[in-house]
Amino acid sequence: MDATRRQILKGAGLLLILGARANPDAAPEAAGAAAEGAYNPHEHLWGMTIDIEKCIGCGNCVRACAQENDVPEEYFRTWIERYEIEGGDLEHPKVSSPDGGKHGFPPSSETTTKQFFVPKLCNHCQESPCVQVCPVGATFDSPDGVVLVDESYCLGCRYCVQACPYGCRYIHPKKMTVDKCTLCYHRITKGLTTACCEACPTQARVLADLKNPADPVHVFLRENKVQVLKPHMATRSKVYYRALDGAVR
Amino acid sequence: MQGRWKDSIHLIRPAAVFLAGLLLFLVVRAYIVPPTFGQYGHYRGAVLDEVRARPVKYAGQETCAGCHVEETEVKGKGKHATVACEACHGPAARHADDPGSMRPMKPEGTALCAGCHEMDTAKPKWFRQVNTKEHMPGMKCTECHAAHSPALH
Amino acid sequence: MMTPVPGVEGFMYPNEVELQWSLLIVLYPYITGLVAGAFILASLERVFRVKAVKPTYRLALLTALAFLLVAPLPLQLHLGHPERSFEMYLTPHRSSAMAMFGFVYLWYLLVVLLAEIWLDYRADIVRMAAVETGWRRWLYRALTLGSMNISEEARAVDDRVGYWITIIGIPSAFLLHGYVGFIFGSVKANAWWSTPLMPIVFLFSAMVSGIAAVMLLYMAAMYMQGKKVDMLCLDTIAKYLFFVFLIDFSLEMLDLVHRIYEADESFRSLDFMVHSRLWTSQVVIQIVLGTCVPLALLAAVLVWRFSETARKRMYVAAGLLTLVGIFAMRWNVVIGGQLFSKSYLGYTSYKLDFATREGLLPAIVLMLLPFAILWALVKLLPPWKPEEGDRDGVCPAAP
Ligand code: HEC
Ligand code: HEC
Ligand code: HEC
Ligand code: HEC
Repeated sequence: MDATRRQILKGAGLLLILGARANPDAAPEAAGAAAEGAYNPHEHLWGMTIDIEKCIGCGNCVRACAQENDVPEEYFRTWIERYEIEGGDLEHPKVSSPDGGKHGFPPSSETTTKQFFVPKLCNHCQESPCVQVCPVGATFDSPDGVVLVDESYCLGCRYCVQACPYGCRYIHPKKMTVDKCTLCYHRITKGLTTACCEACPTQARVLADLKNPADPVHVFLRENKVQVLKPHMATRSKVYYRALDGAVR
Repeated sequence: MQGRWKDSIHLIRPAAVFLAGLLLFLVVRAYIVPPTFGQYGHYRGAVLDEVRARPVKYAGQETCAGCHVEETEVKGKGKHATVACEACHGPAARHADDPGSMRPMKPEGTALCAGCHEMDTAKPKWFRQVNTKEHMPGMKCTECHAAHSPALH
Repeated sequence: MMTPVPGVEGFMYPNEVELQWSLLIVLYPYITGLVAGAFILASLERVFRVKAVKPTYRLALLTALAFLLVAPLPLQLHLGHPERSFEMYLTPHRSSAMAMFGFVYLWYLLVVLLAEIWLDYRADIVRMAAVETGWRRWLYRALTLGSMNISEEARAVDDRVGYWITIIGIPSAFLLHGYVGFIFGSVKANAWWSTPLMPIVFLFSAMVSGIAAVMLLYMAAMYMQGKKVDMLCLDTIAKYLFFVFLIDFSLEMLDLVHRIYEADESFRSLDFMVHSRLWTSQVVIQIVLGTCVPLALLAAVLVWRFSETARKRMYVAAGLLTLVGIFAMRWNVVIGGQLFSKSYLGYTSYKLDFATREGLLPAIVLMLLPFAILWALVKLLPPWKPEEGDRDGVCPAAP
């Protein structure tokens, strides 16, 4: 059965190469096979853009992420930090993230300092320190650039948690395996956006497919000054921040 | 020569034990490594589909638009155009699949609105904010602003 | 605005509040360190022909084995899914420093330690298989692996092979522990760990702890058997301990000075940590009590003359303090590396439980276990001839 299928595909390929008209029997079968696995991971490269100037710190993304992914209480796949900086003192920002910003922030009336919100999530690095250290191949960089965890394979050794410079990983208290942002892999591979982006009222965070030439991300990256978190870590992060302040770490 | 061989032959024994162990390991290994391991890289290839199979809870605005034409149109014209339905109504994929099975939350206006619009100097300046204690206190926000298109009624 | 999380000061990334590696992971480098150190002491006699330490040769080997058998247990107990640990052997990830542990461990256990002990004890095993009775007879018979040839020539072959295994063993012991240091030193996200000096510091501290442990065990074994301690042996070990310790201390101070002088982005945060949360365990216990005091004691013996009893007492004190100090060093690396936020803006604290899976109780049990194993091993494979304790009567295998 497999052999005949392969022969047909081979035949179809040959016909195409020869420039002949498609064989009426073979061609539909070949096309059907392609349509079946409609999502081809090799055709995508996922990332995200975050515009600090658009974030209002409402916490919608944190709540949506928690609901969509059953994130356990007190752990976060995405969270929001509020920075408060006095003058040029980039070394001593006051940072807070009460309950990960899940329920917003207590309003501030301070007007003499610089304040802003920084949403954070897994950076889906292309040189991921976490993937590098996993002893068994339970966490990996998927062909479409998403760092995922194989829950049924993870030992729970926590080396990856130590290796992540951004604090994006935690041990799931029930499953006892590592857990992290999947960039809503179950959504983005079906044509939806992530839960956090869906719930963001201002489009401060936008899912990006870097391999899709029509994706607005290319214009965004071209027209804005962008930065990634902790660039000195050289992890080739794919979460690009616009208007990121130097004090953010 | 003969003697040296005789006096070294006992070394074969631990070596044999060691090799037997190694062989057993290789056989067991070939047998229990998951079949899709290494399909894309150093991990179980099947896991990609397993992660993809997780349930979706936020249906996405376009899905809502399919049935709620009026709300979508009203909202699309107003200032809340960028705010997705489920940003206020919560995850509603089950409702979208079968409207009868689950009703999305119908949020109480004031707390909902304050969650985004409460005055906070940390928020960007362009974003419209009000001090809810001073801005028309004692009244529900929805008495004057429509949730879907918040310009005044 | 401070987040009101108990034990947290300043700002931690929300997932950082919980510590990942507990007391058990402190034990892991501590125990493997003892293994590597004990083995290197044994190899002094074998390869470098330091005859004076011969009375401890076999004891050092058995100590290494006893601790090596326990070394993976704390790791195993700490895993979220211990039943999956065999995956490390099935699909080891080549880029992971941790994945190789299983292989390095097995290599060291099977190819180095067991082989060397077997070769060295073969004559005794064969002899005991003949004289013992009951289950012990069967055990020794199994241990002979069916070869009874202990002719002069066969023993000479054993000795030659054993020599080469020790030569392989030294880099293997270096590998075993230097590599444990690499597991920490290669984490670039963690400023407290990430230093190329880490493997070498781990290695020397391993030698220090292993030598101190064998020295104490030797004294204890002699005391329990009512035998006389070989003072030449003891003095030699103490001398080695002193010099290795000196190198270890210099390396650690080099790291410290380098950090203070460079004062990179992490410095303020780490400095504060050392002056607050780590003050007792790092400065008081590790540096002052666990390093300076034993170094001073050992140096004093080299400089001035002391009576035999005084020397013994000083060695016991120095050995015990050294073991405490090296334990504190492991603690400060493992726990200390997790007390500060990777944002360098805050600190969390470690709450040690008692009777939980990763609590104090299992740690104590795991620390006692090697001694129980060592006791059994010494009973089974006596390191000294029963009649004499002095080094002329030792090691029937010696050339
Ligand atoms: C398949 C068509 C369909 C889709 C898709 C759909 N709805 Fe509905 N929705 C309905 C129907 C029908 C009702 C009225 C149900 C009733 O009154 O029992 C309704 C009612 C509602 C209500 C009012 C509930 C109440 O208590 O009065 C809300 C809010 C709502 N939908 C939100 C949404 C959102 C948000 C989405 C997108 C995720 C969505 N709907 C998608 C069919 C749909
Ligand atoms: C800014 C928040 C917000 C957004 C965005 C929003 N809604 Fe609503 N919606 C509300 C609130 C608040 C109510 C309750 C109004 C009330 O009680 O009068 C409501 C009520 C409804 C109702 C019930 C209407 C009724 O008469 O009972 C439906 C249906 C509905 N919304 C659908 C949608 C759909 C579909 C979208 C997306 C196109 C949407 N909503 C987006 C806040 C919102
Ligand atoms: C999830 C966040 C969110 C919620 C909840 C929300 N809004 Fe808005 N609102 C926005 C955004 C985003 C805008 C567009 C911002 C802008 O253009 O200034 C907006 C705009 C407005 C404006 C328009 C101001 C103008 O420029 O005319 C009003 C009024 C308003 N909202 C009132 C409300 C009321 C009343 C509620 C509660 C029913 C509400 N909002 C709930 C996010 C939200
Ligand atoms: C009594 C009617 C009334 C009520 C109740 C009311 N508002 Fe308003 N709101 C107004 C008016 C009038 C304006 C001014 C409109 C303008 O300037 O275009 C306004 C403006 C706003 C704006 C825009 C502010 C700006 O800077 O442009 C926001 C945001 C807003 N309201 C939110 C709310 C929220 C949130 C609530 C509930 C806590 C609320 N309103 C309740 C009447 C009301």
